[in-house]
Amino acid sequence: MSKEILIHVCMDTGGIAAGSLDVVDAFNAEFAKTDIPARIEKRCSLHKVGCRGFCARDVLVDITIKGEKTTYQYIKPDMVPRLVEEHIIGDTPVEEWMVDETYDDFYKLQKKVVLANNGKIDPENIDEYLDVGGYASITKALKEMTATEVIETVKASGLRGRGGAGFPTGLKWELCVKNKENPKYIICNADEGDPGAFMDRSVIEGNPHSLIEGMSIGAYAISSNVGYVYIRAEYPLAVERLAKALDQAREHGFLGKGIHGSDFDFEIKVKLGAGAFVCGEETALIASIEGERGMPRAKPPYPADKGLWGKPTIINNVETWANLPPIIKNGAEWYAAIGSENSKGTKVFALTGKIRNTGLIEVPMGIPLRDIIFDIGGGIEGGGLLKAVQTGGPSGGCIPQEHIDMRVDYDNLAKVGSMMGSGGMVVLDESDCMVNITRFFLEFTQAESCGKCTPCRIGTKRLLEILTRITEGEGKKGDIELLLDLANDVKDTSLCGLGMSAPNPVLSTIRYFRHEYEAHINHKRCPAKVCRKLLTFFVREDLCTGCGMCVRACPAGAVSGKKKKPHRIDTSACIKCGACYDVCKFKAVLKE
Amino acid sequence: MTLLIPEKIKMDDSAIKTLETIYANYSAANDNIISALQEIQKAFGFVPEESVYWFADKSGVPMSKFYGILTFYAQFHLKPRGKNIITACCGTVCHVKGAHRVLFQLNEELSFPPGEDTTRDGLVTLEKVACLGACSIAPVVVVNDKVCGRITPDNMVKKIQKLRDKDK
Repeated sequence: MSKEILIHVCMDTGGIAAGSLDVVDAFNAEFAKTDIPARIEKRCSLHKVGCRGFCARDVLVDITIKGEKTTYQYIKPDMVPRLVEEHIIGDTPVEEWMVDETYDDFYKLQKKVVLANNGKIDPENIDEYLDVGGYASITKALKEMTATEVIETVKASGLRGRGGAGFPTGLKWELCVKNKENPKYIICNADEGDPGAFMDRSVIEGNPHSLIEGMSIGAYAISSNVGYVYIRAEYPLAVERLAKALDQAREHGFLGKGIHGSDFDFEIKVKLGAGAFVCGEETALIASIEGERGMPRAKPPYPADKGLWGKPTIINNVETWANLPPIIKNGAEWYAAIGSENSKGTKVFALTGKIRNTGLIEVPMGIPLRDIIFDIGGGIEGGGLLKAVQTGGPSGGCIPQEHIDMRVDYDNLAKVGSMMGSGGMVVLDESDCMVNITRFFLEFTQAESCGKCTPCRIGTKRLLEILTRITEGEGKKGDIELLLDLANDVKDTSLCGLGMSAPNPVLSTIRYFRHEYEAHINHKRCPAKVCRKLLTFFVREDLCTGCGMCVRACPAGAVSGKKKKPHRIDTSACIKCGACYDVCKFKAVLKE
Repeated sequence: MTLLIPEKIKMDDSAIKTLETIYANYSAANDNIISALQEIQKAFGFVPEESVYWFADKSGVPMSKFYGILTFYAQFHLKPRGKNIITACCGTVCHVKGAHRVLFQLNEELSFPPGEDTTRDGLVTLEKVACLGACSIAPVVVVNDKVCGRITPDNMVKKIQKLRDKDK
């Protein structure tokens, strides 16, 4: 008898952190009670699914009875017994916990291609992937298409690499095939190191088989027999699910010798990254797979000519690979109809920061930024004002509020001085200091610079020093010009993508937020009140109740006052840590 | 970067047996040094200097090559780590949502020896990571593989207290 009651619980890293394991345990505990299985006649099955995107409302639980789906939000373990009692047994949904109408707004403008099955299927069960038409594309490619036809289809679809630079995928493959040397290798770049990005992690955690199928299609197209997935060790759940998926694919004959009854062999190996951001650069990644220090080398020769072990190699990132099964299944015209003129298809973004609906979204290329922020994202968290949207992580730039109506695709982002990057989208509001954010990014790139070439090794260090000085109130006249000069030099002369893009945050924030730099340098003021060294903390006497919380919190003993009388901060002793500001319940501590 | 202060382990029979196994895998898998070092770290919890000596001797690859790789990748530890590992995420979103305040509190509470990231009693090692990809619940820390979201300085203190209580 088929199960007609289905329960789906969101189980990606975000969901688990929000407590979804406990929710699953609670369901299991409930079903273990003696009378309940009898009352629902064991018609119920519990499924763990990957990220469906709307992480802000975790834990999300779907209960489907006879095809009718009800979605619950913010579910805690102690809410489970009532769900079982009233909805599963009693057949009356618990209305007060159901998602409200704004839940649908989040999905209305999205178009799911890569994430179509994320959140619907159990990532640890290959049968569920097969049920939604999984592995049909590789079968179609093997049985009905020649390798050249596959490449032509990918070329006609207009798919561009989703890892950042946006190189046309089909063209890359064609270049690789033109090289007659063998063997050839396929690599999946899953070393998603950008702070503020979790698209690849979510795809692998939510639908690992789509990656395996995509890589198999690529391998068939360029006739490669060995593929590697280079994945970040910081993503333990993704690593585990990928390993499970690979085992299942082998058991079902989708990997190994003679895939699906054809004479095509393909095997995928997993390499764990060892924690170096620069390994996201393709030549550095190849060096790392070979067991060396992950340092990039000059290009050309490109990996398509000389890659892994000196052989022709195709590297694409997770999202690019996951785009292939739907392209082969539905055809190039279908895919090319989505998106804008030079950017086809959809793009997955990790929408985070000061936004109400944080989560994972997939939108057609060319969608106005305004729609992403205000319709899908639900506007700024806490009702603040939008200041900028940061895209492309430490290699990208900030799109200021005045460009909110731009259409998001590769070319438009480049035009405003940012980039697509792998898809991190961090929303900043008026309480964020642009100089501080830039300093943060430079701190990151400076630490991650591999040190091979001088402009990047020393240039990022000097940029960071100047930015640090500015945020600490030591900025000098001429610093902005110096930053611009140095940034352009580093950009022009670095060896690899990391160095060439590291100055982007500096260039883009000076372009749009020069006044903030000037306020820091000329007036020693931080307009967003973030740079602590430029702030003065004081107590508003009319609001202070003299509760003494700040006295206990202050590590420097700078706050004093009698009980129940307004307190005072000794500015000469204050170390500007902000502890008093954080603990005050009456908003009586001000910073200026 | 961590200083290369040698840490002693006893190169007894069991340690050598472990290394022999790792060496066999190493020879079988195209002499991949990273994989070998990852296995050593898995076996010992860190990469002890003696093990690198042994490996360099056995394989004929210079020590410098091993240390080149060890110091390049953030994942390798050259010193024993604490009983509990706290990983603080310092990604963009965590940064704008106040990760530095949590870090400040952690340092305040655990008072690490200067230049060290492990407490004197070996209870906690603090690590920083650029991004865990759990941005929707920032700021994030990982306490012994458990991802904890929306962390405030206050509940960070409570978590450390719990670790201390468990140790007693």
